[in-house]
Amino acid sequence: MSTPVNRPLEPRKRAIVVGASSGIGAALVRELAQQGYQVAALARRADKLTELCESVNALTHQQAAPRVRAYPHDVTDYTAVPALFQTIVRDLGGLDLIAYVAAVQPQVAPNEYDFAKDAAMIQVNLLGAIAWLNEAAVRFERARDGHIVGVSSIAGDRGRVGAPVYNSSKAGLNSYLESLRNRLTRYGVTVTTIKPGFVQTRLLANATKAFWVISPEEAARQIMQAAAQRRQTVYVPRRWGLVGLIIRHIPSFIFRRLSF
Amino acid sequence: MLSEKTVYPMSDNPRAQALAEPLPAERLETVEAWGGASASVSYVYRPTTVEALQEILALARRSGRSVGLRGGGNSYGDAAMNSENILLDMRRMNRLLAWDPENGRIQVEPGVTIAQLWQYVLEDGWWPPVVTGTSNTTVAGCAAMNVHGKNAYQAGPIGDHILAFDLLLPSGEIVACSREENSDIFYAAIGGMGLLGIFTALTLQLKRIYSGLLEVETQAQPDLAGMVRYFDENVARSNYIVGWIDAFAGGKALGRGDVHLANYLPPGADPHPSQTLRLDNQHLSPNMFGVLPRSIIWLFMRPLMNNPGTTLINTAKYWAGHLGGSKKYRQPHAAFHFLLDYVPDWKNAYGPGGLIQYQPFIPKETAVDAFAEILRLCQQRGLPNYLSVFKRHRPDDFLLTHGLDGYSLAMDFRVTPARKPRIAALARELDEIVLAANGRFYFAKDSTLRPEIAAAYLGAETIRQFKALKQRCDPEDLLETDLWRRVFP
Repeated sequence: MSTPVNRPLEPRKRAIVVGASSGIGAALVRELAQQGYQVAALARRADKLTELCESVNALTHQQAAPRVRAYPHDVTDYTAVPALFQTIVRDLGGLDLIAYVAAVQPQVAPNEYDFAKDAAMIQVNLLGAIAWLNEAAVRFERARDGHIVGVSSIAGDRGRVGAPVYNSSKAGLNSYLESLRNRLTRYGVTVTTIKPGFVQTRLLANATKAFWVISPEEAARQIMQAAAQRRQTVYVPRRWGLVGLIIRHIPSFIFRRLSF
Repeated sequence: MLSEKTVYPMSDNPRAQALAEPLPAERLETVEAWGGASASVSYVYRPTTVEALQEILALARRSGRSVGLRGGGNSYGDAAMNSENILLDMRRMNRLLAWDPENGRIQVEPGVTIAQLWQYVLEDGWWPPVVTGTSNTTVAGCAAMNVHGKNAYQAGPIGDHILAFDLLLPSGEIVACSREENSDIFYAAIGGMGLLGIFTALTLQLKRIYSGLLEVETQAQPDLAGMVRYFDENVARSNYIVGWIDAFAGGKALGRGDVHLANYLPPGADPHPSQTLRLDNQHLSPNMFGVLPRSIIWLFMRPLMNNPGTTLINTAKYWAGHLGGSKKYRQPHAAFHFLLDYVPDWKNAYGPGGLIQYQPFIPKETAVDAFAEILRLCQQRGLPNYLSVFKRHRPDDFLLTHGLDGYSLAMDFRVTPARKPRIAALARELDEIVLAANGRFYFAKDSTLRPEIAAAYLGAETIRQFKALKQRCDPEDLLETDLWRRVFP
């Protein structure tokens, strides 16, 4: 791909979705394409990614140019990020929105301390986000425009017995996104933190008891709605906001006796 | 630990491979079309020397990016934009290299502006033979777009007054071009939109003047036929003619407006030329009506920039001209020419969506009917243009010329997000009228042209010749702009 044609009176929006092979990421790619975005979809699993691109492009196929392009990439390959980010933005002809969705949550037993699992969660959920969103932040600051969407989790609100490092990775992501927001709002850039509850994805397989479960498509729809409204922090679906409020205020002397 | 080799999408385009060398993010800037209706992000460099230009070309090669050229940034659309690639802002290469006040020849660097040029030569009794409606344009930008002035029917485009130039090719070679030497490049690089090479020095022949004033006449015209008849009767005796058309008037009054014509003063007509040729005699007063600072006038225009408001302005302007009768007065050159500088930031009055301009050129035989159809269609579509300027032209010898023996109508359209698709659709309809009338278009103003329309009016042979020259001067396709990708894919 070289630089695509820009028509002054027919502008197209452009987005990057990191972590697009399944779940919320894949649904977000579909939702963005539906809304007319040119999308760069990134994920480690190339076969899944190609499958997604083909199915979306078949649905939205209008012009010669495909709506969605696949970029196989491992988010822990940090050193590749700066050049790949520039390549993608050039291929898209610009960038309006970036969504970081990539996350892993291996099954962790209540008394398990497995550093390999823990490191993977920090590397994918947090360090990968920093590698990608740092690039986006610099660009958006210079361009005085842009939208960063970080898909975090309600799990980042407190440290719980079941998932110490998953909670830490999402808490770290929340703080990082908040800092980006505080740095970038003055340059006209919006940073939206998404905190989903239970969503029907791979990650849910490791959850013990799930309720209020929504589909990835519904989550993607609500995420795009929040982004369109330029909201800052959004629980998906919104009723989790109340849960988050309660959880954040449970005093430690009670919380440490609970087993969830 | 989870690492696999990162794979990039492949394609047959060499620039599609992974970028070998990322460019520094601190070079990123949002660059707007002059009309403000579109913007994109580019890596902007502002070189001052030929060596620096060569380094940037090398960097473009290493990073797999193209290079776009930008002068004063006064092209209404995307002629001087290069999204997501390198953009050279040439305004710092603005030295005057040689000036001969005896025969009026001047050699300048590409970034010298028209303002810099006329202010430098005026006191010696010279004036640029062709100037744009704003003096913020650069000489190289004017050459690359082959601009015209209100004297286009007599003086032609600016290319007709360029004697020679040096062109830096992407290979690093500097080619001297004139009508005699490398003449094929000469006639293609002028009007060549900065796609063949980078002007590094240009030599112009200026116009001798005997006063700092012009003799100006104004006259209202009741309709389009009257406007054209007045032009026909007066071109022979006038150095400049420009018409303003009230695009809101319909029916019998379709195409009504005002005409301004101007003449240089012959030797002896100005009793005090040494005084009127002084710079301070040319400067615009900083205030309008004696009290209002010019810099804030656009704020007062802002509430009027909608269909009812501009109907009011255009109607009032026509009747003021009509009732005032024919007027004659003397006016400084700068005041007559640089109408667009008269109210600073006037484009802000159009609001955040900005404006685009659509300027078709139509042969004199079909002009009255075609322009009447164009004006009527704009009105029918609910998109009357807020400011419309009518000019007379003549043909010239440049490859990608917009010049022809006929007229042009420059129409400003206010852009809002809701209006964008409507204006794009209207432009497609207007294109058909222009093509049917054997008309042409002008890249400095363009935002809407499609490849098939450009191919139809330029002709396949012209495009083939230009692309062959581009292949010769720039075989790696290092020089590109948004307009080039849009109109000549």
